[in-house]
Amino acid sequence: MSVSRRDLLKKTLVGSAAAALPLDAFKFLSPEQAKAALAESPHRWGFLVDTTKCVGCGFCVKACKKENDVPYDEPITRTWVERYVITNDGEALVDSPHGGRDGFTEKKVMEHDVDPESIAKAFFVPKLCNQCKSPACVQVCPVGATYQTPDGVVLIDRSWCIGCGYCVMACPYGVRFFHPVHKVAEKCTFCYHRISKGLKTACVDNCSFGARQLCDLKDHNDPYTKVIMTQRVAVLKDEYGTKPQVFYIGLDKEVR
Amino acid sequence: MTEQLVVHGLEWTEKLHFVYPNEFIYWSIQIVMYPYMTGLVAGAFVLSSLYHVFGQKDLKDIAKFSLVFSLALLPVAMMPLQFHLQQPIRGIHVMMTPHFTSAIAAFGIVFSTYAIIVLTEIWFVYRQYFVEQTLALKGVKGAGFRRLIYNILTLGAYDLSEEAIAADKKGVKIFAAIGIPVACFLHGYAGFIFGSVKANALWMSPLMPVIFIMSAVVSGIALCMLTYIIIMEGKKLAASLKKGKSDESVKVIAGVEMDVIKKTSRYLIGFLIAAITLELLDMIFRGYTQMKSWDILREVMWEEDFTKIFIMQYGLGNLLPFLLLMIGKPGIKRTGIALALILFGVFMMRWNVVIGGQAFSLSFHGFMHYHMPIIPHNLETYKEGLFGALTVGATPFILFYIINKFVPSLKTSN
Ligand code: SF4
Ligand code: SF4
Repeated sequence: MSVSRRDLLKKTLVGSAAAALPLDAFKFLSPEQAKAALAESPHRWGFLVDTTKCVGCGFCVKACKKENDVPYDEPITRTWVERYVITNDGEALVDSPHGGRDGFTEKKVMEHDVDPESIAKAFFVPKLCNQCKSPACVQVCPVGATYQTPDGVVLIDRSWCIGCGYCVMACPYGVRFFHPVHKVAEKCTFCYHRISKGLKTACVDNCSFGARQLCDLKDHNDPYTKVIMTQRVAVLKDEYGTKPQVFYIGLDKEVR
Repeated sequence: MTEQLVVHGLEWTEKLHFVYPNEFIYWSIQIVMYPYMTGLVAGAFVLSSLYHVFGQKDLKDIAKFSLVFSLALLPVAMMPLQFHLQQPIRGIHVMMTPHFTSAIAAFGIVFSTYAIIVLTEIWFVYRQYFVEQTLALKGVKGAGFRRLIYNILTLGAYDLSEEAIAADKKGVKIFAAIGIPVACFLHGYAGFIFGSVKANALWMSPLMPVIFIMSAVVSGIALCMLTYIIIMEGKKLAASLKKGKSDESVKVIAGVEMDVIKKTSRYLIGFLIAAITLELLDMIFRGYTQMKSWDILREVMWEEDFTKIFIMQYGLGNLLPFLLLMIGKPGIKRTGIALALILFGVFMMRWNVVIGGQAFSLSFHGFMHYHMPIIPHNLETYKEGLFGALTVGATPFILFYIINKFVPSLKTSN
């Protein structure tokens, strides 16, 4: 009696566990695939933003939204441009209407009329996922739906994300959001579908001013990797220890 | 907009000054409910263990009740998370592919361990009763179903010998003892989930888990006491309606009630003091060290959220009930009010941590305000709105009602 009871229990457990597993959980990799997945990649993608070249036209934001199917009119975006206006008395006014998608045509900043005479400095800062070396988002994902590729890009598995939002909270840069259609976490992927085919990201291709550049940090002959190696560059919020891989020229203390 | 797209968080977030475009209040009312409910579970359990393990005899009557109540609260600790997930059906992935660098990954494991402990302890406490019921209901007409349930609940262990009963008692003690650290862990863990988010200037603090545990015990005890009062008042009313106000039985009930409440209050006040001390320590430390985030935190505390933090949480939720319980000889009514205020205070503490932590932009250049959806107009505004929270809040009482039908926890010892 007790044996058959245990048997039954076992069968029920196995059965219900199997029923709960979607079929694609059982994808086996071929040995080559497994090897490729574990091998060190010859690339490490990085990014260089030269804020001194950015004019705030917002073409990058437009291009990104279209390229990556991010609903165009919704107030979420994989990349955005911030405008900074620092007044003579040190006040920082910042804005990014529609993520800067339509450029900055409004003179008012944060509903402030700013007297041009009172402006000490003003500039634009494009933002995107930093594809961190120690990504906080990957660390906190409870199901491993957010992961880092061997070439350094952090991606999200849309079929596995449970939508808990822990990664959204954990990213110090606020680059993550929920995709309104797929209902899973979403963020910049450095256009992984493009760069893995040898193309540039949509935003890089659409920046007429060369403010955004993709680079391969493992390739020391890459012209932009050279810039990062030889010039003084900074990263955003390095105090969080995430080791961001988007490098900036011309940052300011007000930029966070 | 071609179709109706829901941007998660847009509905209830109001932005002020500069906030990153993708920032919204992503963790809303259900994430307030989550630590609140787990806190109640853990607190109720700790209260019952004070008797079972440490033999605090004065807690005997409330111990059984709070143990069963913590069982009723248990499934409800899961509910808010399930309500909150954007992909609720995939929640099981946490058990299938737990990614252990994540603080939430072990939730399923910690939670199930705790559930097993509570269930086992209750079983040991009530085994004798189950057996007795099975025997007593034998052949009673119309009690077939009840008897079947009791029969199943005995799990086939019918032995009522002295040794067996002694073994039960031992079992209770062991599981209550293991249960305390696990209950604290369950809830400290909820604190860790917040405290370890380094991106969030308000949450990140090693004190967070301890603060959570203390306030959990406070809220758990308060809820058990309050529910106890309400039930006893009901009994009193029933007795006085039946037998008249001055009947002996009414006096007996009132006496027992006052006695239990008086004794439990002492523990409550102790934990309350510990909780407030830790919270104040955290705040003072932040103010004194003045890290980069202090400017924005100060603005949130003193300006944006002043009413919620200092008036509602500390004033109404801590100071006032503290005075109500300390000054003079508080009667049942006054204690009841104090308990309700304490529960409210702990709720506000959770609110101020969860929502308050998202009240400022990660850019430190702006603020976000949360407007909880009241009248739902789609699934999202139900789940993450007032009615979703009320659903979660009401469930334990419904469950308790059902469980208590089979596992009576309100009989007094004499
Ligand atoms: S910027 Fe944020 S989302 Fe991108 S890798 Fe770093 S932590 Fe993750
Ligand atoms: S929202 Fe998705 S990707 Fe982000 S932590 Fe949760 S499961 Fe992982």
